[in-house]
Amino acid sequence: MEFNAIYIMWLREMKRFFRAKSRIIGNLSMPFIWLVIMGIGLSSSFSIPGVKFDYLAFIAPGVIGMTLLFSSIFSGISVIWEKQFGFLKEILVAPVSRTSIVLGKIFGSATISFINGVLIMIIAILIGSISIASLSVFSILLAIIFMILICLAFVSVGIAIASRLNNMEGFQMIMSFLVMPTFFLSGAFIPLQNAPLWMGTIAMFDPLLYGVDGLRGVFLGVSQFPIAIDLGVLAGFCVAMILLSSYLFRRMGE
Amino acid sequence: MNAIETKGLVKKFGDFAAVAGINLEIKEGELFGLLGPNGAGKTTTISMLSTILKPSSGSASVWGKDLLHDKDSVRKSIGIVFQDPSLDDELTGRENLDFHGRMYAMEPGLIHERIAEVLKLVELESKADALVKTYSGGMKRRLEIARGLMHKPKILFLDEPTIGLDPQTRRNLWEYIRNFNKKDGITIILTTHYMEEADFLCDRIAIIDHGKIIALDTPEKLKEVLGGDIITVESTDSNALKKLLEGQVFVKETKLFDEHLNVSVDNGGKALPKLIELAQKNKITVDSAVLKRPSLEDVFIHYTGRTIREEEASDKDKARMQVKVGGFRR
Ligand SMILES: Nc1ncnc2c1ncn2[C@@H]1O[C@H](COP(=O)(O)OP(=O)(O)OP(=O)(O)O)[C@@H](O)[C@H]1O
Ligand SMILES: [Mg+2]
Repeated sequence: MEFNAIYIMWLREMKRFFRAKSRIIGNLSMPFIWLVIMGIGLSSSFSIPGVKFDYLAFIAPGVIGMTLLFSSIFSGISVIWEKQFGFLKEILVAPVSRTSIVLGKIFGSATISFINGVLIMIIAILIGSISIASLSVFSILLAIIFMILICLAFVSVGIAIASRLNNMEGFQMIMSFLVMPTFFLSGAFIPLQNAPLWMGTIAMFDPLLYGVDGLRGVFLGVSQFPIAIDLGVLAGFCVAMILLSSYLFRRMGE
Repeated sequence: MNAIETKGLVKKFGDFAAVAGINLEIKEGELFGLLGPNGAGKTTTISMLSTILKPSSGSASVWGKDLLHDKDSVRKSIGIVFQDPSLDDELTGRENLDFHGRMYAMEPGLIHERIAEVLKLVELESKADALVKTYSGGMKRRLEIARGLMHKPKILFLDEPTIGLDPQTRRNLWEYIRNFNKKDGITIILTTHYMEEADFLCDRIAIIDHGKIIALDTPEKLKEVLGGDIITVESTDSNALKKLLEGQVFVKETKLFDEHLNVSVDNGGKALPKLIELAQKNKITVDSAVLKRPSLEDVFIHYTGRTIREEEASDKDKARMQVKVGGFRR
């Protein structure tokens, strides 16, 4: 394992990220709008008869999940840009194993998307969407673990896709058929317990569901599955995606 | 040891063979040129030798390491300057070099030292801490060359190193390239479609067209194939000189014009002093003697029946430069 190479690839992602201040604001604006407008605006009108239901609190984990999903996939897919604009060649002729290159890319991109997630979490706490009462060292630690797993998993998905594509032409397809369904079926914004059985069944195959559900368990104390199950499924998916992305990346261009 | 050896190297894209069986032996310390028109297969050949593309068939060894089975060792001994831009625009010049040094597992102290050296070499010290997206096209090219040298490779590939540069910068780069080769002993493989560049720099040249090598030799020998050089002599007694030269072994043909005498010879450089010595011995005054050599352009036409189409090429260069200068910003 070439730690030096992994480190410098990670460092490069950090530099690029912190240099583009407008990009950080751009990344956060959509989740912020969701939280404020949808959360606060809908919490009064959105109610399930007979149940005390706080929509603002309900969507906080969903908005975090959404932020992580989008920024992870996009930052993984940025490998396509590196392919098109040449920098990937500089990386590929270096005497560094493909595995280290993928790991460097995964860690760098996942860190960026994790920072986005943490910023949204802080905003959610500040506007009262996540109650301070739910916070403890343990719950924060658990939330961080969930967030890291979501980042690693979906960055890997992005890299796996980028390894198979040579330009951004297929991007719209990926958005429509992969990212959006993953997002909506994860129960980020709508409780799936009341959805038709078929939809609930399909949703069971959505890895993000377990991430959002786990975060809900941590912050709200209520979740569809036990937290241990959420954690196990997500971790399994994460490992599988890391393996898949490094396999596809190694075979790229052959 | 040969720095590079290839046997029947082929690269196919679908049914089309971009490289159609190339056999090469490039010696250690050589400055070797691949000369050919657009689409000849130069970049594809270099991409294979630098492990970026997998050959469809054939084999090769680079610095004694097998290209197909020992890619990591091959990568350790080479440096490459790609034809198309490959810098990170959102990093500074120094950061691009630092990234390179660490990817090549160099010691931090050494990285620091080498960055200073290579920046000085390409005269980019004052721009080192500016973001690369603020560089001009020529500066970017120079930075890429500096980067290729960072880790002191054994073999350096330069794919159209001076493409789109102004004549002044091009001349300077030629000097750098020559120095790396002669002083630092780095084996260099250079592609170009500029005749003067190949002629000026290379020890040996392979002319490549449609994915095949159609001629390979030193620039001088390649040009000799065309029937040698022409010496144009002005003398007060051209007739006597013509008679004198006609019997000499080194003279192939003489032709008298109004003002001067044209003498065809195999090797003009060797023939010229002989000619003058002979004239002096026989008390014939030579007022002037001009040696005209056939250019590589003539050689190219001889082998391919076509010109290398420099014009078309330079249009493509311009387009490339626009990509380079405009770049792509996210
Ligand atoms: N990835 C690819 N897919 C299909 N065809 C390709 C690919 N890369 C190169 N080619 C084709 O292979 C041929 C050789 O291309 P190559 O880039 O090696 O030429 P070159 O000699 O470097 O030309 P230039 O002087 O323009 O750089 C061209 O006809 C080109 O269109
Ligand atoms: Mg080329």
